[in-house]
Amino acid sequence: MAQAVRAYRSASGRMVAGVARGLAEHLGLPVALVRLAFVVLAIAGGIGIVLYLALWATLPMQQAEDDEDPRARDRNQLRLVALGAIVLGIALFLAAIGADVVSGAVIPIIIAVIGAALIWQQADDDQRASWSATAARAARQGARSTAAVRTWRLVIGVALLLLGAIGLLVNRTSPAQALQVLGTALLLLAGLAIVAYPWVLRLVRDQQEQRRAFIRSEERAEVAAHVHDSVLQTLALIQRNADDPSEVTRLARSEERALRSWLYAPQGDAERTFAARLQRDAAEVEATFSTSIEVVVVGDAAIDPSLGSLLAATREAMLNAAQHAGSEVSVYAELTPAAVEVFVRDRGAGFELAAVPGDRHGIRESIIGRMERIGGTAEIITSSGQGTEVRLQLQREEAS
Amino acid sequence: MTQPVRVVLVDDHSMVRAGVRAEIGDAVEIVGEAEDVASAITVIIQTRPDVVLLDVHLPGGGGRAVLDACIEQVPHTRFLALSVSDAAEDVVGVVRGGARGYVTKTITGPELIAAVQRIADGDAVFSPRLAGFVLDAFTGGAAEDDEELDRLTPREREVMRLIARGYTYREVAAELVLSIKTVETHVSAVLRKLQLSDRHELAKWASARHLI
Repeated sequence: MAQAVRAYRSASGRMVAGVARGLAEHLGLPVALVRLAFVVLAIAGGIGIVLYLALWATLPMQQAEDDEDPRARDRNQLRLVALGAIVLGIALFLAAIGADVVSGAVIPIIIAVIGAALIWQQADDDQRASWSATAARAARQGARSTAAVRTWRLVIGVALLLLGAIGLLVNRTSPAQALQVLGTALLLLAGLAIVAYPWVLRLVRDQQEQRRAFIRSEERAEVAAHVHDSVLQTLALIQRNADDPSEVTRLARSEERALRSWLYAPQGDAERTFAARLQRDAAEVEATFSTSIEVVVVGDAAIDPSLGSLLAATREAMLNAAQHAGSEVSVYAELTPAAVEVFVRDRGAGFELAAVPGDRHGIRESIIGRMERIGGTAEIITSSGQGTEVRLQLQREEAS
Repeated sequence: MTQPVRVVLVDDHSMVRAGVRAEIGDAVEIVGEAEDVASAITVIIQTRPDVVLLDVHLPGGGGRAVLDACIEQVPHTRFLALSVSDAAEDVVGVVRGGARGYVTKTITGPELIAAVQRIADGDAVFSPRLAGFVLDAFTGGAAEDDEELDRLTPREREVMRLIARGYTYREVAAELVLSIKTVETHVSAVLRKLQLSDRHELAKWASARHLI
């Protein structure tokens, strides 16, 4: 309970700016009650409105949790209604105190207020976006999808604000005078923009730089974590097994392969493409039997059921080679739109195919049978003393 | 036997140099060692060896910098790239820089000796992986109007595929019923294409791999 209790504006489940909900959470009261209090205070002389605006300006926004509420879309519409209600309320209030709602200065003011509200809301959302950018990936996705919406909201907001201001001017003065005033105002604005430009630019740059630095440090931490989990662990294991050369070799090989695939493998689809899966299978077989398997793949494709079977047959061939040959194994796979071919070759003792007993499932079932079921062929070229090569072939339909 | 091949070792890890020396030192004459680009250039120009075993990754600019600096000055020296890296841009970089071949550091001693001998004789040495790179780079999108340099002949393709499958030159020759000399000719032709072709796919492929 010693935790500092700070009030925040709520980032989720808000109607207008999250003041009421944030306050309710802070005070431990139901939201509806707080909202009601604001409404009552607003009607009673407008204090509620002033209070609300003051709190909006001063309360920091709560750091948004990453899980976006699935009902957020509905809520957005509700919020639009809430904003509309506020505008209508202001209009009615002005009408009540005797202002001429329809013609006078009220409509331009309302338009300007709507514009301002849009811009404010946008500022809020930007703040939220810069937090969710802590997950750099989310930022990149988020930025792309909302960039257009942001721009439009800003443009419309500014346009409404200007429209309101112009309306007000035209209402009060003659058109000629209004034009003059407008010109002066634009000139002033332009001057202001020129003065403020470098400052704003620096602000933006600083923020970008901060974000980049953050992403960099995240990446460094990720690399450090990976190196610790893999390389350092393996090095420790190697030191402990220093007097067992075959174990040291096995550890070094498997770590080398893991590190390589981490460094060079295409990210993301590591489990879904033929080449990646073949590399992984080879690494597993290598680790199990302490042999080295050199894998060369030309072309690549997403794994479909028949490629999956081909991979399984390849794996079986690699297992056989690693288990019986006790030498280096070469695997070569070539994928073209028309066909896939895989060659698994070892330089071991070789064997007489006819001499393999019928109950040995390894070759007959797992390799030849599997290939035949998917409409491919398997060929095993071997003889004692010559090493063995398993050739797997599969025709593919022309890639559509 | 003729005179032993004169070799210079270039690698920034003294452990690797010691290991290579131990494995091939009896079969060839190691006339110099270097551990970075600057010392490599000096040693190579001084000793004018037959073969340079060149590490791809070197402090001071990499193997490519060594090639660029001395290949003109020592026209009779041939370079064999030795690397742990699978990254295509490294391999293709040194080969296009003038190296006559590429092998990985996991190569066995006898294989390395054979490779050095082959390089010294003016032939090219392709590891299975380099053969795979070549097939990858020269496959697909082959239009008829490609320059001759930009295509592999069917025979060259067959040779490359067998090398990628782990066949030795001798086994390739037996499989295709060719002489070893003919196989060597094909491999040298492929090497030349790899060095000279400005095939669009080659550049695209190399740059795509660069983006890890």
